[in-house]
Amino acid sequence: MRGAVLMAALAVLALPAAAEPPAARIGELRELVAQDCGSCHGMSRAGGLGAPLTAEALAGIGDEALEATILEGRPGTPMPPWRGLLNEADARWIVRHLKGETP
Amino acid sequence: MKRLMALGLTVLLAACAGPDLRGTGDLGLVVERADGRLQVVETTGSTSLGTIAGLGDLSHASVVFSRDERFAFVFGRDGGLTKVDLLRRRIAGRVMQSGNSIGGAVSQDGSLVAVANYTPGGVKVFDSRTLEQVADIPAVGADGKRSKVVGLEDAPGNRFVFSLYEAGEIWLADFSDPKAPAVTKYPGIGNQPYDALVTEDGRHYLAGLFGEDGIAMLDLWHPEAGVRRVLPNYGKGEQPLPVYKMPHLEGWGASGREAFLPAIGRHEVLVVDTATWQEVGRIPVAGQPVFAMLQPGGRRLWVNFALPDNDKVQVIDVPSRTVLATLVPGKAVLHMEFTPRGERVWISARDSDQVTVWDTASLRKVAELPAAKPSGIFFTARAHRTGL
Ligand code: HEC
Repeated sequence: MRGAVLMAALAVLALPAAAEPPAARIGELRELVAQDCGSCHGMSRAGGLGAPLTAEALAGIGDEALEATILEGRPGTPMPPWRGLLNEADARWIVRHLKGETP
Repeated sequence: MKRLMALGLTVLLAACAGPDLRGTGDLGLVVERADGRLQVVETTGSTSLGTIAGLGDLSHASVVFSRDERFAFVFGRDGGLTKVDLLRRRIAGRVMQSGNSIGGAVSQDGSLVAVANYTPGGVKVFDSRTLEQVADIPAVGADGKRSKVVGLEDAPGNRFVFSLYEAGEIWLADFSDPKAPAVTKYPGIGNQPYDALVTEDGRHYLAGLFGEDGIAMLDLWHPEAGVRRVLPNYGKGEQPLPVYKMPHLEGWGASGREAFLPAIGRHEVLVVDTATWQEVGRIPVAGQPVFAMLQPGGRRLWVNFALPDNDKVQVIDVPSRTVLATLVPGKAVLHMEFTPRGERVWISARDSDQVTVWDTASLRKVAELPAAKPSGIFFTARAHRTGL
């Protein structure tokens, strides 16, 4: 019983962690966006084989749609699904990062 | 008077024949992509000679060389075409020629440098000496729209060949008369060509297709015969893995009749018979290959990988088609370049901020050079190879 309460408490504690990736992970994500997304979208995100990912270019597109694109990819185009390497929290952080809401 | 002249001559000669007098055949460039900078390196002692800065956005930058191997042309993502002097280690010319470029090529006679552009899609051709624009070819396909240009290669006869990504076309531009280039268009070659190569002998242009299986091939000895599809099974096929990094076709080389291609979305290298253009085998490897590069001589094949296996390089023994060794040169291995005769290979590891040099016979590391986020490595010997 005590264990169950503890587990429930832990589950609640785990929620904010899922909303924002840990600091070390954020560093990795920043690199990933610059370098690995950059290989198709340009390091300055001005576009390449993939569309521009600048804050202006993405301004009109909803966060959830962008998160879905990142996690599921765009079938029929070279945009791959990143689910194998990124989770929801990562994708959410990347979208905010692309839109200029996080440094 | 005579003595004075002789003295003057000696002084003059001494001034010219300073310590800087050297050849360029063992020189090369390492792209430090995040800093918009190049390192000038030499492969005889495996050292770095210095840097050239101020080249703009160098993500995915590529480099080709002038036929005298003294100058390099660098194509940057910001649309900059920069000519650098390897001996003086400085920028010799720079033009912002588009919004976004991806690569280019030098013509057979060395007089022209062509640049492939994404936005606005097309090819621009420049005088390689002055960087003055000679021609502008907007890539408007049969669909009436402008396409991104990919896979721009030089071909014998002062021709350039390239592909239109959105429109799915191959264009052959003949610059034997640079003032009146003749462009032959091949529409309907397949869905989303994304990269291409010209074989070492300059005969075949091969374009990989992202949107469907197979490779579009143009025989440059018989361009009138049109583009045909080879390797019908090359592609993603059934159950592909996500492709985090597009494989490159450059590095293709034939060992006897066999050539090697990185599979798309699979942990395999494909073996191709270049006489029949059929797949004749598959070699299982450690991850999704990005480059599959044949060592000069053709005995071994070196392969690097996309995420998450991009810390490894595998060396394949060509006759037995087996993996000889798995090396771990560092984090995020992006490129490999062989010395002209293949006794060494230089490997860039972006996230380890270093370039390592390996002895290709013993597979031992012989040197490490610090470099800031290194990507491409390019040696001057490329100047004398068609399609590089
Ligand atoms: C292999 C190439 C490639 C890589 C790597 C890649 N993308 Fe893409 N991406 C594309 C292409 C191509 C498109 C355009 C798809 C289309 O035509 O609809 C795209 C589209 C997108 C879009 C939608 C843009 C819009 O305007 O709707 C987002 C967001 C995006 N990519 C994010 C990312 C992120 C984040 C990464 C890195 C984690 C990444 N991409 C890595 C090729 C790539």
